[in-house]
Amino acid sequence: MAKSIDISDLDIYYGDFKAVEGVNMTIRARAVTAFIGPSGCGKSTFLRALNRMHEVIPGARVEGKVMVSGQSLYEPGVDPVAVRRQIGMVFQRPNPFPTMSIYDNVLAGNRLNSKKIKKAEADAIVEKSLRSANLWTEVKDRLNKPGMGLSGGQQQRLCIARAIAVEPQVLLMDEPCSALDPISTSAIEDLIHELKADYTIVIVTHNMQQAARVSDDTGFFNLKAAGQPGHLVEFNPTNKMFTNPDEESTEAYISGRFG
Amino acid sequence: MSTTTPLERDFAVSAGLVQPKLPRGAGLLVAVLALGVSGLLALLLGWNPVGGLVLAAVLFVIGFPLWSALLEGRRSAVDRLATSLVCLAFGVVLVPLVWLIWMVVSKGLSAISIQFLTYDMRGALAHGGGIYHALIGTLLVTLAATIISVPIGIFAAIYLVEYGKGNRLARVTTFLVDVMTGIPSIVAGLFALALLVLIFGPAIRIGFGGSIALSLLMIPTVVRSTEEMLRLVPSDLREASYALGVPKWRTISKMVVPTAIGGIVTGVVLAISRVIGETAPLLIVAGNTDSLNWNLFNGRMMTLPVYIFQQYSSPGVLPAGEVGDPPGYARAWGAALVLIVIVMLLNLGARIIGKIFAPPTDRRR
Ligand SMILES: Nc1ncnc2c1ncn2[C@@H]1O[C@H](COP(=O)(O)OP(=O)(O)OP(=O)(O)O)[C@@H](O)[C@H]1O
Ligand SMILES: [Mg+2]
Repeated sequence: MAKSIDISDLDIYYGDFKAVEGVNMTIRARAVTAFIGPSGCGKSTFLRALNRMHEVIPGARVEGKVMVSGQSLYEPGVDPVAVRRQIGMVFQRPNPFPTMSIYDNVLAGNRLNSKKIKKAEADAIVEKSLRSANLWTEVKDRLNKPGMGLSGGQQQRLCIARAIAVEPQVLLMDEPCSALDPISTSAIEDLIHELKADYTIVIVTHNMQQAARVSDDTGFFNLKAAGQPGHLVEFNPTNKMFTNPDEESTEAYISGRFG
Repeated sequence: MSTTTPLERDFAVSAGLVQPKLPRGAGLLVAVLALGVSGLLALLLGWNPVGGLVLAAVLFVIGFPLWSALLEGRRSAVDRLATSLVCLAFGVVLVPLVWLIWMVVSKGLSAISIQFLTYDMRGALAHGGGIYHALIGTLLVTLAATIISVPIGIFAAIYLVEYGKGNRLARVTTFLVDVMTGIPSIVAGLFALALLVLIFGPAIRIGFGGSIALSLLMIPTVVRSTEEMLRLVPSDLREASYALGVPKWRTISKMVVPTAIGGIVTGVVLAISRVIGETAPLLIVAGNTDSLNWNLFNGRMMTLPVYIFQQYSSPGVLPAGEVGDPPGYARAWGAALVLIVIVMLLNLGARIIGKIFAPPTDRRR
């Protein structure tokens, strides 16, 4: 059920602006892949190209190939909705649905698609997803309160619960822990370890230790210069990346000697 | 507040943190003084009260900052001047509003009775008669206009915000909607009449024609307000929905519109209260009659604004021997009061609906 992703010669544009250039990599199934790199180098942009969320922005387009288990995502006949059902996403900023309760937010993937599920089944999904996101104990007594009434970190965990409630095969996480305290962060990292058994996980992070802790492979993105497109500098197993990287700039970035 | 030692106080003074301040009720005091002085002057010189009030306002706006300038310094004085001007502007704005309501209530209330609300004008002479036919007409015509314009307006707004995004058709539509916002209502009435005459031949007057004219006036407001509300829904939420594998149409119908529904409903109700008082187009296409008509598609239909116009322009005469205003005047004021009450109820309803549906945006527990 987990899927691998092959990316070849991927260029990503916002209108005329080329944000990411010439990326080649293979994201393994049942593994965690981390992306690191300075702000603005195109990590989020690249991540969004992996489940066709990029094209939601007017004028945005992609050139090159993304193959998920042998199926090219950007082939003309491919339905982006079907792609996103298999490749879920957690965003950099928490975005719970304001009209929905905590309970309904977790079930949003089912509710918005008008899937009929039994009450007992729905309860089970909600509890399981919230437990996985380490939010259950905090909200179990107020599941019917609005999701916007939670703190920023709680909202982010709610969004994680919402994303895993639909059981995607690949989960893309854009800095999921940037608003979280160490306890929740470690809970999310535990969750990532658990999910790894069945899912393919891609995570963007600014936290080197986190990348080292959770990931099997790491990709380092960088900008050649301001205004230039971002590119993939190095893609290697995390062990190698953090002990003996191929590139000098990777070493510099990881050890903090560099912007 | 803890007590301050003399030393701390010295420090505060030398650092310029403590400054002389006008006493608490200073504004009120100046206002009373200004009113007193100008009232006295007005009495002595025999001005009318409005002149006195204007003088009091001028005295206050000059005197209050002046006192502050002498005691507190320049910055505070400017602050007090700006505050007085803003408050004064607020008061001036209130004047016509309160005046209008007071006038309509005082002149209209006496006309209102059960009979006034439940009788039409058939056979009514100097006394008797009522607005029942006009009330029903206004409600029916406006309801039909709402039924026509709400779906068109909301769907047009959804197209503009969610699908058009700056393409040719969307730009042209936006432009036309802007133009439509400005068309004079009488032109809308003439258009509706011309349309009906094309279809049914000349001399056609039906209530539904009025609905067409009103919906021409309503659609642009509905489009505009719905557009604003849809734009307020953050794109983050749309992306969150897409990322869950929800197709675009479901995202719009089950997430975007429900999130904005409070504002949309408010906008629709305000649009209704804008057109419910339109007179000219209804006079042209819905016509003018003394009797009740429940059928929008057959025969003339009276509406409240037309009723007011008609009663005022041909008020009739009192029977010989009675003195006073012609009987139509009282009826016109009564109908005006009913119309204002309807509009107020609509606005109140809009507020309540907006409150009920507004998503809990801030952190409430
Ligand atoms: N909607 C957009 N329209 C135009 N340009 C954009 C848009 N979003 C991002 N960009 C540009 O694309 C480049 C990459 O942005 P991206 O958000 O992918 O960076 P990032 O690596 O995720 O940074 P961060 O670590 O700060 O999140 C930046 O130069 C940014 O200005
Ligand atoms: Mg980012």
